[in-house]
Amino acid sequence: MNTEHGEGQQHPIGLYLKIWLLLFVLSTLSYMVDYYQLEGYLRWTLIIVFMLLKAGLIVAVFMHMLWERLALIYAILVPPLCLLVLVGLMAVEADYTFLSRVIYFGQEG
Amino acid sequence: MNTQQQAVSGWDSVSADWSSDKDAFKRVPWGKAMMWIFLLSDTFIFTCFLTSYMKVRMTTTEPWPIPSEVFALTIAGQSIPLILIAIMTFILITSSGTMAMAVNFGYRRDKKKAALLMLVTALLGASFVGMQAFEWTKLIEDGVRPWGNPMGAAQFGASFFMITGFHGLHVSIGVIYLLVVAHKVQRGDYDRQGKYDIVEITGLYWHFVDLVWVFIFAFFYLW
Repeated sequence: MNTEHGEGQQHPIGLYLKIWLLLFVLSTLSYMVDYYQLEGYLRWTLIIVFMLLKAGLIVAVFMHMLWERLALIYAILVPPLCLLVLVGLMAVEADYTFLSRVIYFGQEG
Repeated sequence: MNTQQQAVSGWDSVSADWSSDKDAFKRVPWGKAMMWIFLLSDTFIFTCFLTSYMKVRMTTTEPWPIPSEVFALTIAGQSIPLILIAIMTFILITSSGTMAMAVNFGYRRDKKKAALLMLVTALLGASFVGMQAFEWTKLIEDGVRPWGNPMGAAQFGASFFMITGFHGLHVSIGVIYLLVVAHKVQRGDYDRQGKYDIVEITGLYWHFVDLVWVFIFAFFYLW
């Protein structure tokens, strides 16, 4: 039940406040992407970069993944990689679904 | 040890085997490991929702409604894009911050501060749900339904209500969970048990709710 920090996870409060501030800044930046109506690849890249940074900070620091043992980290973080395969498959065949819709539902509209 | 294993049979032997102290996650309380595994399964559920949303958005033959305009609010005569969603994002991040500090004070045996911070977290969560209810009401008044809407692709409503509804349900359950644990903290239950793991486990669930919102915010509202 003990970690190297004595009981549970103990870290200075200042660390949480810094991460909190960082998350605020990143959220503001991602809101700015919409506010200034950036378009195309610049928009999508920025959205994904800010999203991944926020997600990483939350999991690593707030959820203490940074200080967990490797066995737990791999058990939790590796399985979601399957989901990337799902997303990839669905994206790859999207044009096929789109064309089917154009062919079969196109005339009605 | 051996005699004990032979003594039980049937379902008892199944549970005896699974709980035979051969822990894979060293020095991780079982409750925490189980919460992580639950969150892993929840990750799969939310990703399935977001993937189906991606799919319908990529394949719809009608234009997708522009979220920036759909979720704009008029404040003091000015239309500000996505402002409510931005406020909701900041509220949820703030609640994550207070939760992280509650965990910290829990482990320091400062149960007054821990319970108070959990209460603040729950209040922020409740206000998030309140704003979501406001947002739903506004969209329903605008004619958005799961089967259609006046702005464009019919699947917009289905994706919106499904994804934000499921997330809102998670926040609501989280608020109840937080209130129950906060009550137990200030009553001193965990002093008697001698451990404050439960606060960290509750925190894991709460941070996960925030984490899911990060992805919904990026893919549904900003994309």
